[in-house]
Amino acid sequence: MSVVDAKRLDAARNGFTRHRLSWLDALPFLFAVVVYFGANRYLPLGTQVMIQITFALSLDLALGYGGIDSLGHVVFFGMGAYAAGLFAMHVSSDPVLGLAIAAIVGALTGLLTGPLVLRTRGLTLVMLTLAVATMVQQLANANAMKPITGGADGLFGYHLTPLLGLFTFDLAGQTAYWYSLAVVAFTFFVCKIVVNSPFGLAIRGIRDNPVRMRMLGVHVTTRLVTLYCISGALAAIAGALSAQVTTLVGLDSLAFLLSGNALVMLILGGTGSLYGAIIGATIFVVLSDRAAAIDPFNWLFAIGFLLIFAVRFAPQGIVGLIADWWRRLDGWRNRA
Amino acid sequence: MSEAALSIAGISKNFGGLRVARSISLSLAIGARHALIGPNGAGKTTLVNIMSGLLQPSAGTIHLAGTDITHVSPERRVALGLARTFQISSLFPTLTVAENVGLAFEARFGLDRRLWGSVRKAAPVVDGAAALLHSLGLLDLAGKRVADLPYGQRRLVEIALVLALEPKILLLDEPAAGLAAADRGALLDLLLKLPEALTILVIEHDMSLVFRLAQRITVLVEGAVLTEGTVAEIRADPRVRDVYLGSRAHG
Repeated sequence: MSVVDAKRLDAARNGFTRHRLSWLDALPFLFAVVVYFGANRYLPLGTQVMIQITFALSLDLALGYGGIDSLGHVVFFGMGAYAAGLFAMHVSSDPVLGLAIAAIVGALTGLLTGPLVLRTRGLTLVMLTLAVATMVQQLANANAMKPITGGADGLFGYHLTPLLGLFTFDLAGQTAYWYSLAVVAFTFFVCKIVVNSPFGLAIRGIRDNPVRMRMLGVHVTTRLVTLYCISGALAAIAGALSAQVTTLVGLDSLAFLLSGNALVMLILGGTGSLYGAIIGATIFVVLSDRAAAIDPFNWLFAIGFLLIFAVRFAPQGIVGLIADWWRRLDGWRNRA
Repeated sequence: MSEAALSIAGISKNFGGLRVARSISLSLAIGARHALIGPNGAGKTTLVNIMSGLLQPSAGTIHLAGTDITHVSPERRVALGLARTFQISSLFPTLTVAENVGLAFEARFGLDRRLWGSVRKAAPVVDGAAALLHSLGLLDLAGKRVADLPYGQRRLVEIALVLALEPKILLLDEPAAGLAAADRGALLDLLLKLPEALTILVIEHDMSLVFRLAQRITVLVEGAVLTEGTVAEIRADPRVRDVYLGSRAHG
């Protein structure tokens, strides 16, 4: 190959945005390690943060990259939670196996509901995803299902065997903390692989212009269903993690509130970057916890104010704001 | 004409009581440069939508190289070699030029379902994008987001997108619409350089472009074919002049 050809190839290759892992990606995980050694009494809160990060990451994959505007993402979270709870009660109390089963249930849920809802877009899609989630929640509470789901009482009284046969789940939540951190790392890694792949580019293309994608010969709905299954599996892992760590599954794990919260996290952090999910979920959970500690009645005000500020001053989320500053700094440096 | 690349016969389309296409028949020989002209509302874009499969005709048949594709999905038609552009530039605005073209290569080679590896290392995509963008003089723009490009360049990128599919038949819906004179020149140069075996149907209002590009012209008026002929025949046809210049209204 001649030098000219190599140059052309480089020019074309550099035109494709990089989505690979970089050393910066280690920062959140380093932060988690620092929290473990520096702020030991916040481990249960940290675990909650990581459950929500996992959930927000799964939503970002579907919404931020694939343009699937879902208000019913909680259906995957809840299915995963119930799957993990039931699995621990009736089959095996091995935590990792429970996560795997939950992931399969989440993917199957996506495969079942995806072809129904993903033919639509925009407001119709929002309403359909919401309808599916509401129906599943009603189903879990139905009399016929009570022997399985426990109805309003939920699932409880199950225990987990030590992680990998080595680490017992302790009351202080140390094992749960490391376990959750490992799950977040796994989820982030999976998201990175998907986003970096040719499929990852295809779903961003679908987000931007589905008709053009069809006119390139791509089966848009099929690709979206695949994405929905992956995202659903990851959301189910988040739900299963929650079920395992709290050893409790209730109807609230299928409640609309969780879908809404995850959306707020992405609005705060920014969509379509994965980092926004991490930052947004962290701020959301920590702020909710601190605000509730200060004022147990009006703590939602804090979230409300933050959301208004975010929409006004950082419409692209915190990640968008940082990217904007970065660009300006770059421009300023180029001028100097 | 047995060797037609694309032929439609008796195509009609009704939207309720509105008849936007009335028994239109058209045949494109392999390598043809065919223009479809007519006043606004004549049904030109509707016809392209029917050919590309975005609309189902109310009656009539479409044949691609002898195969009936009337009820074939739009995605399958692309796989069979039928590509199109849109009247209003239809691209992926938040993606870069390289990524836009790369998506077309992914689609052509079936890589859009591959969940592993990096796009940057997918040889058919990167090699294809490098060669195509270079040949169109767009390589310098590879890293630019399409949303940041001027409209003229977006039009060229859109042509690049369909060329990446290596189609047998290309449907161009008003490629010069909204372009400045200089950009029109660049576009015409590009279109004149396309491989001879490629069959092209172009809808266009810019007559100088039509007369330089097309060999045959079909005139569409109110959803029906008014006449079809060579460039010289159409230029000399008084009915066409009437339709375009509206002399009947004045006379």
